[in-house]
Amino acid sequence: MTARTRQLAERMIEHALWACAGLSILVTIGIVGVLAWETAAFLAEVSPLAFLTGRTWTPLFYNQSFGVLPIVAGTVLVATIAMLVAVPAGLTSALYLSEYASPQVRRVAKPALELLAGVPTVVYGYFALLVVTPWLRTWIPGLAGFNALAPGLVMGLMILPLVASLSDDACTAVPRSLREGAFALGATRLQAARGVVLPAAMSGISAAVVLAISRAIGETMIVAIAAGQQPRLTANPLVPIETMTTYIVQVSRGDVPTGTLEYRTIFAVGMLLFVGTFTLNVGSDWLRRRMPGGRR
Amino acid sequence: MRACLLPMACGLALLSALPLAGACARAAGPLRAVISVDGSSTVYPLTEAMAEQFQRVAPGARVTIGIAGTGGGLRRLCRGGLDLAAASRPITGGEADACASADVSFIELPIALDGITVAVHPSNHWVRHLTVDDLRRLWRHQAEGRMMRWSQLRAEYPDREIHLFGAGVGSGTFDYFTSVVTGAPRDSRGDYTSSEDDNTLVQGVAGDPYALGYFGFAYYEAHQEHLRAVPIQAGDGTPAVLPTRETIRSGAYRPLARPVFLYVNARSLDRDDVRHFVDYYTTHVGDLANDVGYVPLDGRVLAAVRGRLAARRTGSLYDGHDGAATLTLAARLGVESR
Amino acid sequence: MTRAAWMDRAFHALGLAVLAVALSALMFLLADVWRDGASRLSWAFVTGYPSRQASTAGLLPAVAGSLWLVVLAAAMAMPVGVGAAIALEEYAGRRRWARLVEINIANLAAVPSIIYGLLGLGLFVQALQLERTLIAGAATLALLMLPVVILTAREALKAVPLAQREAALALGSTKWQTIWHHVLPTAMPGLLTGLILAVSRVIGETAPLIVIGALTYVPFVPDGPSSPFTALPIQIFAWISRPGTAFRANAAAAILLLLGVLLVTNGIAIGVRDRAARRRVA
Repeated sequence: MTARTRQLAERMIEHALWACAGLSILVTIGIVGVLAWETAAFLAEVSPLAFLTGRTWTPLFYNQSFGVLPIVAGTVLVATIAMLVAVPAGLTSALYLSEYASPQVRRVAKPALELLAGVPTVVYGYFALLVVTPWLRTWIPGLAGFNALAPGLVMGLMILPLVASLSDDACTAVPRSLREGAFALGATRLQAARGVVLPAAMSGISAAVVLAISRAIGETMIVAIAAGQQPRLTANPLVPIETMTTYIVQVSRGDVPTGTLEYRTIFAVGMLLFVGTFTLNVGSDWLRRRMPGGRR
Repeated sequence: MRACLLPMACGLALLSALPLAGACARAAGPLRAVISVDGSSTVYPLTEAMAEQFQRVAPGARVTIGIAGTGGGLRRLCRGGLDLAAASRPITGGEADACASADVSFIELPIALDGITVAVHPSNHWVRHLTVDDLRRLWRHQAEGRMMRWSQLRAEYPDREIHLFGAGVGSGTFDYFTSVVTGAPRDSRGDYTSSEDDNTLVQGVAGDPYALGYFGFAYYEAHQEHLRAVPIQAGDGTPAVLPTRETIRSGAYRPLARPVFLYVNARSLDRDDVRHFVDYYTTHVGDLANDVGYVPLDGRVLAAVRGRLAARRTGSLYDGHDGAATLTLAARLGVESR
Repeated sequence: MTRAAWMDRAFHALGLAVLAVALSALMFLLADVWRDGASRLSWAFVTGYPSRQASTAGLLPAVAGSLWLVVLAAAMAMPVGVGAAIALEEYAGRRRWARLVEINIANLAAVPSIIYGLLGLGLFVQALQLERTLIAGAATLALLMLPVVILTAREALKAVPLAQREAALALGSTKWQTIWHHVLPTAMPGLLTGLILAVSRVIGETAPLIVIGALTYVPFVPDGPSSPFTALPIQIFAWISRPGTAFRANAAAAILLLLGVLLVTNGIAIGVRDRAARRRVA
């Protein structure tokens, strides 16, 4: 091969490789494109105000109503319960791991937490429906078979490793010198943690929490199996509800013909979900950049 | 490491060849033919049982079954993309027109009888029976957001929230239930747990003391220990009737007993495997129906159905009307009833 | 003991307790699944076909479907992902473009998997008319895998010492020759680990496949990319959805199989990574 052909080949390879990198941009364009296309067609027939502020979601029924609030409320309810479990427990675990735990404990605990995060969500759904709900029934007799509490608790367990792991990273990134300064002044580990480490790691921790919320909102299988399929605007965790992700699954399992308004509802809901999680992810990223130690 | 070049090249080629692959897939069809069935979740247990038996006697056959709902199945059939559509109600005029305009002719085969069962939780002791009028007041679209508590249905019932479970809008059970109960097809409230999958409904009712739901008899019978069926009073002076095989067969369980159907794409019958399967289905459905929770058709009715199949008689017996019209299935088929 | 010291001890205990409770919840879940499903696990179960009778129902089409999906998806995602990582790591210049790609990949990694399902539905099933076939499912899973592959491949490439690259260049290699003959072979264990991690991420994915339209009753093994298909998590979902206890054991057994597969693949990934680390040190 002459030098010229070799150079040409090198350039072509470089272009091909950048094309591969560019493909990832195409994926994002694809996602936004598909969602936006169908959502635009949807919004041509349903006013955005009615969609975003309406309180009845019966797009498939006689009284067709496209108010998305009930399923958003369902998503928020389950996510809130999940966060009420994951954030305190995750943060406590993170502080324990970064400030108290011996290296041996860390060596066992961190992979174990990874394991918790690696369990497929359909397995957690099994757990929520067939183990947690009956168990909760013994304490709360009026609990319906489908409810928001069981999947919320299980989702909290699933998200806990995310909160713990990222918060732990944030805490260990705090320079040793800050802690030692506190110890030199006579602080206990807890006082140092509360007074020095937590404030210093706060941006990293908030990044973790925001990312966890995003994860909770986008979760599908746990709620599709255990939360029910009844859209309703309620804060009651003991009754069947429907989340945005369950609605998408419900309609996909049927055969709604392409191009109809009903078909477009899943993309409109998907768009809402995407915008929500995207905003949270960007927010989390921005918070993380403010962490001591700079970019991860 | 040079060995990595080939898979990498293949992978890139694959990715860029996706549109081409799609075109080829469409042209060639699956590598070995598949008998595709889709439609009613109510009829699913029957078809599943049939397919299982059939694949034992014809080991090369491949049957897939979806549960997109009666509406979904018939839509797919009339797009030409399906061999058999299972339906828990007759095909409507509009659907038949869609088939005609897509140049798809279908053969309508009633295969068994089913009774829509209204069920509550076993601990529900207050509902003794329900009239069709009760059901209408509970399920019509005006009830949405208004009829929310048991005591609103009847004053003597407890003042607790009703949790409703019912068929999804793509379901034939939904169409049939609404047309006989509320009087207009698809006239239903929307604020309940709706699913084309009857399993979800059974799970919901079995798990909730304040639940009420409706689904196919086969699903009730399979899980009777977790459910309680409600006797239905037709409202014309006759006593309330519990759904059982006898009452469904005799027609005493009114108006919720109905035939279920298989709609066969006439062109698919040109294929040996499809013809074999449909033959097998109509021959053995009488024996298997009981096993699976359906009520078998009367012997002579079934013979008339097989006659339609043999003669490849296309079109519907129902002329697009819903199945609640007054003529019985036997009368439509021209069979003398006892 | 002062109050502060007492609180410190108390928090120590609390932290340990919370961690222990979280991990024992996992143990409890696994024990429950084991109790429900271990008895159903057998060769007949894994090689059998679906049935309406719970005691004879089997998993073969689901397992075969999952295998097909994963192999096809990896074949599509791996070259593109590694190529993108090479572009980002090895080729300087186009800094703004590279930055955009990096941000983009980080976001894609956090997009809920059901959104990928909607993309697959709109693009592969409808626009490209691939219908509900294996190839549509695999393409969707490939897109899901892509961010993970790219991120882990970049880490693997970063770990290759600069000295190696510089030595090759000093001896007269071109950029690509350096990458192909030196960087990639050294990074290979890390790349494989990344691939395995990406695979274990998608093996358990259910939502995107449901949206694409995987059926629940497919009683045969797929014989090509244009075949209808089902997958292990879809089968688990279908069995969980059937009320009553009969299919619960089947669901539990299938879950055990899935978890077993994940344990094995993750074990292999860790093993590969450790062996490579040891070799580098040696």
